[in-house]
Amino acid sequence: MPTIHVTSHLRHVAPAGPMPVDAATLGGALDAYFATAPRVRSYILDDQGRLRRHVAVFIDGELLLDKKDLGRRVAPNSEIYVMQALSGG
Amino acid sequence: MTQDLFVSTRKGLFRFQRIGGKWQQTYVAFLGQPVTAFLADPRSGNWYAALNLGHFGAKLHRSTNQGATWDELAMPTLPKSDDKDAPSLNQIWALEAGGADQPGLVWAGSLPAALFRNDRNGDGAWQLVEGLWNLPDRAKWFGGGTDDTALHTICVDPRKSSRIVIAISCGGVWRSEDAGATWACRSRGLFAEYMPPDRREDPAIQDPHRIVQCRNKPDHFWCQHHNGIFYSTNDLETWQFAGPRFGFGVAVHPSDPARAWFVPAIKDELRVPQDGKFVAARTRDGGKTFESLSNGLPTGFGYDLILRHALDIAETGDTLAFGSTTGNLYVTEDQGDHWHAVTHHLPPVHAVRFAVNG
Repeated sequence: MPTIHVTSHLRHVAPAGPMPVDAATLGGALDAYFATAPRVRSYILDDQGRLRRHVAVFIDGELLLDKKDLGRRVAPNSEIYVMQALSGG
Repeated sequence: MTQDLFVSTRKGLFRFQRIGGKWQQTYVAFLGQPVTAFLADPRSGNWYAALNLGHFGAKLHRSTNQGATWDELAMPTLPKSDDKDAPSLNQIWALEAGGADQPGLVWAGSLPAALFRNDRNGDGAWQLVEGLWNLPDRAKWFGGGTDDTALHTICVDPRKSSRIVIAISCGGVWRSEDAGATWACRSRGLFAEYMPPDRREDPAIQDPHRIVQCRNKPDHFWCQHHNGIFYSTNDLETWQFAGPRFGFGVAVHPSDPARAWFVPAIKDELRVPQDGKFVAARTRDGGKTFESLSNGLPTGFGYDLILRHALDIAETGDTLAFGSTTGNLYVTEDQGDHWHAVTHHLPPVHAVRFAVNG
């Protein structure tokens, strides 16, 4: 199963450690993750269900460039990282 | 009865209390997180704090035990749409309690400009006030200072809780007589010099930075507009121009509506105090004349900017406070004759708000 890793910045709402999810797409993987960890949803998706603009998703080391591409296929052994863009100040 | 002072900043929520004759910091929460609005509900005793976490969106928290613990609440949401460019809620910028006869009702204003209500002290889902969201004039609104339109002010009429006034940058002043079902624009008399001539007085595109309503004389409102100061003495039938001072915040005395306070700045390109001299301004005659108040404020150059929610007056009418984007917090206890610095070392201040303690 694909595995989702969520940034430690969300440790106050996210489960500790990576989570395997049963899904074939990025959107499906996130939905499966949110089913277990519902509080994380609003931190990753906006109220229209889109990836937040400054949330970065890497799938197998590759940055997801099209933030709207929640239908992006993921492989059974994919590693999905949900990070935040860096900021200063 | 004492008045506590809550300061919402770019890096947390702070409380100051007057102890032993001095204002002292006694509480901090959400350290490191931007707090965009705060409400201490005088009916329930609940505290509400709105956060804008940037990457991770806007959030809303409530404490039912005076800040000992906080719970994250459901956020207001905008209507779902298949349009890929459909707006999403980016920030809560106004939180107000309903009237004494509306226990549990809390109002929230947002970016983009929308009004929400929750009738259960923040529990469960928030309801979008559709009467405002569906106004045809909403298509004319535009952002001012922010990309989004912004609903930053909610005034609940002390005489009748179903009468609500809101202000939007840039979308004018609006009133509902029926708790949000229908709305009428109340911008008559406001004008915007910076707009094309044929749009200068268009009520639906005015940029009221902040409006306040006098508690004991609620027919009286003050507006710090992008274009200057305006005063209404007739329950918003009309606004009268009271001078071209630019600024963001405004406070009105709770029982004498002719007294109001401002912190002027140079508009648009600069947004710093005039001549680098950091002063407050006060009128005691309904805007006919203004005094410059500087006793206790920096005598040298100062470049503090006071944002629209960062000037407030306590219910007693003598104590005011403002906080600046450079982290300075000033208090006066004699209506502005003398100011003193509480601290120079806060994060950039978004909002200050007095709340009755006990």
